Amino acid sequence: MGDILTAKNLNLWYDKTKALKDININIPENSITAFIGPSGCGKSTFLKTLNRMNDLIPNVKITGEVCYKGQDIYGNSVDVNELRRNIGMVFQKPNPFPMSIYDNIAYGPRTHGIKSKVKLDEIVEQSLRDAAIWDEVKDRLKKNALGMSGGQQQRLCIARALAVKPDILLMDEPTSALDPISTLRIEELAIELKKSYTIVIVTHNMQQAVRISDYTAFFLLGELVEFGKTDQLFSQPVDKRTEDYITGRFG
Amino acid sequence: MRNRFDEQLAKLNTEMIEMGALCEEAIALASKALTTGDVNLAEKVVPISSDIDHKERDIESHCFKLILQQQPVAKDLRQISAALKMITDMERIGDQAEDIAEIITYLQGKTANETVHIKDMAAETITMVTNSVDAYVKQDISLAKSVIEHDDLVDEYFDRIKFSLIKMISKTPENGEYALDLLMIAKYFERIGDHATNIAEWVIYSVTGNRK
Repeated sequence: MGDILTAKNLNLWYDKTKALKDININIPENSITAFIGPSGCGKSTFLKTLNRMNDLIPNVKITGEVCYKGQDIYGNSVDVNELRRNIGMVFQKPNPFPMSIYDNIAYGPRTHGIKSKVKLDEIVEQSLRDAAIWDEVKDRLKKNALGMSGGQQQRLCIARALAVKPDILLMDEPTSALDPISTLRIEELAIELKKSYTIVIVTHNMQQAVRISDYTAFFLLGELVEFGKTDQLFSQPVDKRTEDYITGRFG
Repeated sequence: MRNRFDEQLAKLNTEMIEMGALCEEAIALASKALTTGDVNLAEKVVPISSDIDHKERDIESHCFKLILQQQPVAKDLRQISAALKMITDMERIGDQAEDIAEIITYLQGKTANETVHIKDMAAETITMVTNSVDAYVKQDISLAKSVIEHDDLVDEYFDRIKFSLIKMISKTPENGEYALDLLMIAKYFERIGDHATNIAEWVIYSVTGNRK
């Protein structure tokens, strides 16, 4: 299994505040990598650097490299829209567009130039199936997506991200607004999806990281303190700070 | 920040020490009964072994509760899982002390003093058990390692005792049953040494995360 995403000496400032300090990490393909750490440790900031979501925030300065399949995504020739098609994102709060379930999924492919009804129908069905929500919504594709439950909306957002056939899915606390059943659905979905995609997930729920991730990265005060196999990190952490954080004896 | 959890872990430690102390008491009693031929002493091992069984159940429940409530990770998880494994060995030590005591009641007042090594072997295994529990309490890896090394000594004692008992049988065949009883006792001590070794290995795992 190769590394699909690599950060090299990555630093990030919000104005004068340094939020990421010399991050070096290799994220393996077709696996789930979890980012953990206390609030403000930089894990979400780092996640957003992976598909240049920080471009949208003023006064952000970035040095170092993030390489996707060996190419620096901050290079001059990079098409950011194309990058975000390849590296999709799912947010903490489900954010479906205020339109029908069908149009939510078809939105991305249409933007990328697909007009054929047959082709769109196929993409919508396949994306909804891949996101394990097809059976629940197949009879109401024309209904407004905002009428769905929170858990369904989040799976719809995952389906929407899958519709443009990305390589990588970035998930920023995708279950923190969901009930336990919906949470488990998303977790099982993530495990299913890693066969075809690489998943990077920020989570405050350490048990979730243990349950679903193959690799875990622990961030603290903008530093990547420890990165390794999840089993290893949660049974034999190397760094004292990791040990203190995961055992809840931090601070 | 996790005061309640830390209290629960401290309680687990206390319970482990208590169970370890019961094991030491059971073997020491069995060993003394063996050297004095005192059947009354031997019979006192039975209730201690039963206390050990109860302690095992208590510690099990305590560990299950900790896993359920606290979802331990890292060294906490290792400490709790090591404890769960160790009590199985401790419980076996109690049973084997009881087995030794039972054989002593068949010896009809005879002692093991003619075969000197059995006393030494008993002393050696008691030290192993004491040190393995101490190693757990103090989280002392070098003490745990010394327990593991001592197991070879106990195994040697067993071979020497076996050899001298074979000689005893060939010299005085009428002592055959007695010799076999002593062999059984020696075997139980040898097993106790193995259990102490297991405990010491779990101590090393609990501290370092490394397993042989």
